[in-house]
Amino acid sequence: MFSAFVDPSVSEALFPRGISRYAVGGLLVGLGAAVIYLGTGIAAGASTFLESTLSYVSDRSRFQRYRSSRDWRVVFTIGIVAGAGLYALTFQSGLVSSSLYEPGTTGELRDVGGVTIWLTDVQPWRLLVGGVLVGIGTRIGKGCTSGHGVCGVGSASKTSIIGVATFLVVAIGTAQLVMALGVSP
Amino acid sequence: MSQERSESSDSRSESPDRTRNADRSGDRSTADGRHPLFMPVILLGGLIFGFGLGFSHMARPEIVLRFLQFQDFGLLFVMFGAAIVSGVAFAVMPRYRTRAPLTRKPYGRRLKSFDRNVLVGGAIFGVGWGLSGICPGAAYASLGVGNVTILWAIGGMFLGAYLQGRWRSHRVPSDAASTGAD
Repeated sequence: MFSAFVDPSVSEALFPRGISRYAVGGLLVGLGAAVIYLGTGIAAGASTFLESTLSYVSDRSRFQRYRSSRDWRVVFTIGIVAGAGLYALTFQSGLVSSSLYEPGTTGELRDVGGVTIWLTDVQPWRLLVGGVLVGIGTRIGKGCTSGHGVCGVGSASKTSIIGVATFLVVAIGTAQLVMALGVSP
Repeated sequence: MSQERSESSDSRSESPDRTRNADRSGDRSTADGRHPLFMPVILLGGLIFGFGLGFSHMARPEIVLRFLQFQDFGLLFVMFGAAIVSGVAFAVMPRYRTRAPLTRKPYGRRLKSFDRNVLVGGAIFGVGWGLSGICPGAAYASLGVGNVTILWAIGGMFLGAYLQGRWRSHRVPSDAASTGAD
């Protein structure tokens, strides 16, 4: 549908894997956030889980202030892991297929007892160092791609829009630099 | 920007922990005597959210990196598709009900006060995201698709959040006193 509006070669360059898996996935991500919001009034973000879960092991007030929300944040995260697991059992394993779903060629697929699991090729040091910076940055910056990106932008919050613009621009610059330095994968 | 500040200033002090009020008001109704459907709804929302991250391949750092390297712009459809759906919920719901059925928490928008931290934190997050191709929600989902290697990133995120919390509590010694009521 989208390609009807633009030159097919341009569309191919911008979206080599099509757009349907992204659009459908995005709608589901938004629906998940909406279900929680409609039922509970909570605008859920994924990164506060890091701090709230640390309250189980650290007495620091910085973490203890999330005590009252830490249990549902664990449940939310378990839900995210299990939901992605459900995707792995169905579409990733080829048990279910759809014209809206384009399988990928990235990383490594491995069969474990009939279930196809997926493993990244991105080097562990990039994941570790990147993870530390994500942990620090989302806590200072009051949100991540779900809190600012989905709920904040969905709320038309100017703070979130500025936050998203900031991390998008910096992430693009960083990824381009890393690629230019020849670091791959 | 000034408009947003005034929208949200009523519930926030100018202390370095100004986000606390928002967090606590968000948590208030979930302390005790929760509705029996509260946790199931949180779990259901998480399941749909995680399934969407898996389906959209956002749980694969390579795909996020391809977006950041301008090789596949599909991520824009994920982020804005999700923001549009949640945006409809955020805009429409308050017109029909004032409070959420399971918590009696008033429906409101997700508004956080703007200050330099949004830029500094956003920039640090951006470097981490650009280096690893992974953000918190996608990292949890990545574990769900079987990517055990992502535990490096999740471990890193916990370490980063801990270091930031330590650093913050040293810098703000009044923190302990002001949260004594919890």
